[in-house]
Amino acid sequence: MITHPTSGELLDAVSRFLEQQVAPQMKDRDAFLIRVAINALATVKREGEKGVAIEADARTRMAALLGHDGTADALEVELCDLIRSGQIPDDDPALIAHLRASAVARIGIDQPGYSGLKAALEITSTAGDSEWAT
Amino acid sequence: MEIDTLAVALARLAPNLTPGGTLTGEPRRLSGGASQETWAFEVAGPGGVTRPLILRRRPDGLPTDTSRTATLSTEAALIRAAGVAGAPVPNVPHVCTEEDGLGEAYVMDRVDGEALGKRIVRDAVFAGARPGLARQCGEVLAAIHAVPLEGLPPLSMSDAAAELDKYEAIYRTSNAHRPVFELAFKRLRRGSGPAPVRTLVHGDFRNGNLMIHPEAGLAAVLDWELSHIGDPAEDLGWLCVNSWRFGEYSKPVGGFGAYADLLAGYEMAGGAPIALERVLYWQTLGSLKWGVMCLIMYAAFASGADASVERAMIGRRVSETEIDLMNLLRRAP
Repeated sequence: MITHPTSGELLDAVSRFLEQQVAPQMKDRDAFLIRVAINALATVKREGEKGVAIEADARTRMAALLGHDGTADALEVELCDLIRSGQIPDDDPALIAHLRASAVARIGIDQPGYSGLKAALEITSTAGDSEWAT
Repeated sequence: MEIDTLAVALARLAPNLTPGGTLTGEPRRLSGGASQETWAFEVAGPGGVTRPLILRRRPDGLPTDTSRTATLSTEAALIRAAGVAGAPVPNVPHVCTEEDGLGEAYVMDRVDGEALGKRIVRDAVFAGARPGLARQCGEVLAAIHAVPLEGLPPLSMSDAAAELDKYEAIYRTSNAHRPVFELAFKRLRRGSGPAPVRTLVHGDFRNGNLMIHPEAGLAAVLDWELSHIGDPAEDLGWLCVNSWRFGEYSKPVGGFGAYADLLAGYEMAGGAPIALERVLYWQTLGSLKWGVMCLIMYAAFASGADASVERAMIGRRVSETEIDLMNLLRRAP
């Protein structure tokens, strides 16, 4: 890994600059777009920290589901085909568990504050049912 | 349209909106949908009374025939028909003709209130209105679904099967491989039988398109461009999609209310009873649709048609719909 600075530190520096020096001067649509830009950098940072591990985990789960290894992309294409053709039943518990774990991992990179993640973790911890019971 | 050309045309139109009226101040472009332009302007009457108005127009160079949305004259006719049926809608004093020089457009009176979803679910000023909103939404949807279809301009027909066909075709051409979407299409196909009744469907009835007044609650239903004939449960399900709850996920109706209140309001106002299962079905289809829309919007970035950071980042909202879909689909069908 390249250090002094790391890519994460560079992203932090750019984010801070945008947030503290640039954002206060922006108006209207640009004020909105600078927020989006800062969010994009935060997403890149999280992906840099966790992306490789998340993909490796997904690959391990998919290899177990499909019975063979491959690149994560190839396994994902195959999984799509098998769901579509019905060769993997759409209520298969291992399939559901994999898709759920992948969705939790991806939203953790893209939008960790998104309420759907909170709801998913709540469902896991309490086996509660806020969605259906209300 | 250039603001100067627009101002000249609105100045010419002003006396038709208020007898003896004149355009006062500059028209202001409001942010919002890319498919329509929305302008705020004011006409001053001879007595010194100012009438706050909105012009909604199709942007230049966006041909009607390639758009899947209703024409603006259709939209205006639907707003008027929904108003007659008892739904709160803006008054539409004028539908533009060619002589107005404004293109495809109509004028409506401005309605007091707030349409920004985040404020509606969080701001203290709406704390009094929030508890009644889900029921009000149910009542208003019942009124919209009761609009007689005879006399309406021609509208497209779309039920669950047609929506799934449309969005699956778009997903396939995107060349994205999203196993969660595959699962959702597969599961939703099973429940896509024909709707028990077909009614006018607003098509985009969600927090963000509803004008909310701090005291009166639901003051106007906006953005009728996706209206069609279809399954009335579609409107109830779309309102409950988590993406428009603005963080208030434990209040499934728009981030402000409970399913039971929405359904009770609907039935009390004469709507044919809709089972919660059916609302959840359309809510699931709604999350899937929004996910596919995020993919299309990202495609505009990938093709270079819109190189903005906003377009790029909307692609990362696909995972928001995937977590919502898994929360809904985790149970056996």
